[in-house]
Amino acid sequence: MRSFLTTLFLGASLLSVPYAFSETAEEKGLAIAMEADRRGDGFIDYTADMEMILKNRHGNESKRSIRIKTLEVPGDGDKSLSIFDTPKDVKGTAFLTFSHKVGDDDQWLYLPALKRVKRINSRNKSGSFMGSEFAYEDIASQEVEKYNYKHLREEQYQGQNCFVGESYPVDQQNSGYTKRLTWTDKKEYRVLKVEYYDRKQSLLKTLTTEDYQQYLGKYWRPGMMHMVNHQTGKSTTLLWKNYQFRTGLSDNDFNSTSLKRAR
Amino acid sequence: MKRIENWVGRLVVKYRWLFILGLLTVALLSASGMRFLTFSNNSRMFFSKENPQLQALEALEQTYTKVENVLFIIAPKSGNVFERQTLAALEFLTEESWKIPFSSRVNSLSNYQHTRALADDLIVEDLIRNGNALTDKEISDIKTVALTEPLLLNIMIAGDGSVTAVNINIIKPEDNSYGTEKVSAAAVQLKKTMEDRYPFLDIYLTGGVMIDSAFAEAPARDMRALIPLMFALLLGLLVISLHSVLATTCTLLVIILSAVTGLGLAGWLGIAITPASANAPIIILTLAVADSIHILVTMFHQMRQGVTQHKAIQESLRINFQPVFVTSITTAIGFLTMNFSDAPPFRDLGNIVAMGVISAFIYSVFFMPALTAVLPLKTKQKYQNRNHLFSKLGEVVIAWRSPILWSMLILIFFTTAGISKIQLNDEFIKYFDHSYDFRVASDFSAEHLAGLEIIDWALESGEEGGINNPEYLQKADAFAQWFRSQPEVRHVYAFTDIMKRLNQNMHGDDPAWYRLPEQRNLAAQYLLLYEMNLPFGLDLNNRINLDKSATRMTVSTPNIGTAGVLDLERRGRKWLEENAPSMTTYGSGLSIIFSHISERNIRSMLKGSVLALFLISLILIIVLRDLKLGLLSLLPNLAPAFMAFGVWGIFVGQVGLAVSVLIAMTLGIVVDDTVHFLTKYQRGRREHGMNSEDAVRYAFNTVGSAIWITTIALAGGFTVLSFSGFQINAHMGAMTALTISLALLLDFFFLPALLLKMDK
Repeated sequence: MRSFLTTLFLGASLLSVPYAFSETAEEKGLAIAMEADRRGDGFIDYTADMEMILKNRHGNESKRSIRIKTLEVPGDGDKSLSIFDTPKDVKGTAFLTFSHKVGDDDQWLYLPALKRVKRINSRNKSGSFMGSEFAYEDIASQEVEKYNYKHLREEQYQGQNCFVGESYPVDQQNSGYTKRLTWTDKKEYRVLKVEYYDRKQSLLKTLTTEDYQQYLGKYWRPGMMHMVNHQTGKSTTLLWKNYQFRTGLSDNDFNSTSLKRAR
Repeated sequence: MKRIENWVGRLVVKYRWLFILGLLTVALLSASGMRFLTFSNNSRMFFSKENPQLQALEALEQTYTKVENVLFIIAPKSGNVFERQTLAALEFLTEESWKIPFSSRVNSLSNYQHTRALADDLIVEDLIRNGNALTDKEISDIKTVALTEPLLLNIMIAGDGSVTAVNINIIKPEDNSYGTEKVSAAAVQLKKTMEDRYPFLDIYLTGGVMIDSAFAEAPARDMRALIPLMFALLLGLLVISLHSVLATTCTLLVIILSAVTGLGLAGWLGIAITPASANAPIIILTLAVADSIHILVTMFHQMRQGVTQHKAIQESLRINFQPVFVTSITTAIGFLTMNFSDAPPFRDLGNIVAMGVISAFIYSVFFMPALTAVLPLKTKQKYQNRNHLFSKLGEVVIAWRSPILWSMLILIFFTTAGISKIQLNDEFIKYFDHSYDFRVASDFSAEHLAGLEIIDWALESGEEGGINNPEYLQKADAFAQWFRSQPEVRHVYAFTDIMKRLNQNMHGDDPAWYRLPEQRNLAAQYLLLYEMNLPFGLDLNNRINLDKSATRMTVSTPNIGTAGVLDLERRGRKWLEENAPSMTTYGSGLSIIFSHISERNIRSMLKGSVLALFLISLILIIVLRDLKLGLLSLLPNLAPAFMAFGVWGIFVGQVGLAVSVLIAMTLGIVVDDTVHFLTKYQRGRREHGMNSEDAVRYAFNTVGSAIWITTIALAGGFTVLSFSGFQINAHMGAMTALTISLALLLDFFFLPALLLKMDK
């Protein structure tokens, strides 16, 4: 009995340590997001191949393959170029985004059949990306400033100690969500799971990530991202391959001319 | 049989307390199952899993997500939707609708994703933003778009701009968290909020969810309204026929016990209550009362002749045990054959009533006599008069047998001919009368907008991305145009309209380019661009399948009825066969499966009806121990249902699902009168050595009055059912009451005349 009480007191005193600095849940949530962001900083650029596998409740499948190029922009959001290889009807279509820490992202789509670049209304960032269960806002560069945070608790998830926290989109009007619940592992600050809650506060989707690999001894990237829509029973899997860092990309690879060149 | 009948009477009187208490316990135990009763609230409950049309619909839903909907209809009192305050209200309602539980998509004029060209860019945005701050010019632009855009006109906005709609798609999750009432309650609440905030609007609420909720509401509503009526009717009848408060109380007790036993057993068996099976108690009450009346009438008859009460009970059971047993069995068989129905609610109804009828037999024969044995029953001398009436009737029939027989045959022939005028019609919305709010809303929607009756077409291209193929687009568009040229079609939702619009937008909004793109990759890329621009919940996944190999086209056809829906679907399919053979498919949707429901159930019940006829005739032959009489009785047993169909055809015309179970159901009931009449007739012939004329007199004298009373009770009970706000029940009640009345007519005139002719 005594040992139990001792444990309890010890535990309580240990637990109280983080709060000794009178850090609020909001501050802690923000701190975790900033630390995760900090650890991702400095990759300069990377390229990767992505295969997108769409599934409906029936088990029918459809695939798309996309190449991704990303350039880090110090002081602002990343620049990213997605080139669609299949389906063949949209082969050569290229999607360019400049994400911003504050305000709407800039987005353009190059349509090879039309040989034109078209601007996209990025207010509608909550819509489905290529018919998948991912919205643009799920795969866009996750800038810290785009959400408000609240740390909830720590718990084990898949054998790893995780921070569990909520985040709320700053741009409430144009987001499809009211809330995200994120599991971030304490050791490497990788996002392992995200639950998305819709406007009526019910669970809409769950994202799980797997096969994390570390690049340049620092940057973790998932090999697989799996999104399930609980309401429709549909799901989308992203398989990432051929990550290459510091490939020498520059701003010139991310403008309207480069869009047309991209193949 | 004879021995059992004597034995039962003695036993019941001797061990009366044991029977009273024992059977009360049995009744209470069974009735305690009522707490397990659940209400089924899904319009699809009328279809078995094997139903091919349901399977086709479910396959379509697997591809495009199965959705239910809630539909708000907004009618400004001013008659003009295009006013600042109304547009602002619409915007508010659209926003709030996203908060309805299980909503997955909200469509309205306000969040319609209007596309336009701006310089070289494609702008995709809500048609209405900040409704309160719109300028007159902006409002008139919105009006122009709304009244010309094929995706909006006649479905989201009435052609005269007086009515608009907000549609909310609801996805039922796979787990059990879904509840129709959660959604409908939220919708009703939102409607109220809207009415409070915007008193200048008339708001109607309908949609699949509201229909489902009406399906759940209907049983309780019927029970509340009809059961008291039923009791009033039965009470009146019993007091008149029995002249005894105690006997009336006993009878009421028996029929209540029968009804709760039937329902309780249903609960134990896990049968869900549906609008159709909810009327089992009313039917049980109706059927159960006949058993008691037969037993009590005989008992009182004996007592009036000076027999002691206990002796009278024994004698009554001796005389009535067999006919009551036989009529209960035949009635139960009739209802049990409803298990052949393709519609599960009818199977449930049949089973619950069959259980109730058998319980009624047990309680009437074992419980009620035991109960009367311990009660000081008294009776008045009053019966002579009425028996006199039936004696006279017998004399009339005997005297005029030939003209009566012929005129009856002619009557049977002519009424039956009316069957050709019967039209099968199952518009599920019209299953509910105007006392249901959603029915009023649906009618209003069908009048001004597209209504709820739709035919869905899954148009396959046969290859991944094939929907961008110009050839496919042309054919799909021609199909949509063909439907638009059909007079009964109100609206066609076609994906090809989006394509045309995009093509125009990509050419600087030049109306000359409002046509389908001519290159496959161009179409695909327009579509990609458009999809990238769509916000949350407004994607095209409900219109286009995963690999873009097929699109869904929706044709709205309000108020064309079953025959119209089937005909339109057939013509549509024919068009595809002739013009786009590779896309040929069946139209689908709730209207379609309901359109097939009556035919399919009539076919499935045909076997059941034949089986019922066979078994019941067999029982009659065994009971009467006379093949000829048994076969003769077929005609007066079977003819009433056909005559009822005919009368219905002549005077009403349209009938739905109820028609399918009528023969099997009524056969077991109408046969009762024949059984009573024939057994007495035969007793006259066999026990008293009478000729057929005297035997007919004897039958009229002994059972004429009892047949009259029980038939009145039965016809009355089913007439009560015809007041149901649920059309299937109302039709079933009315047709059954009609059948029973016609059966009485045949039993009093046709059957004796036939016996006098054939049984010499």
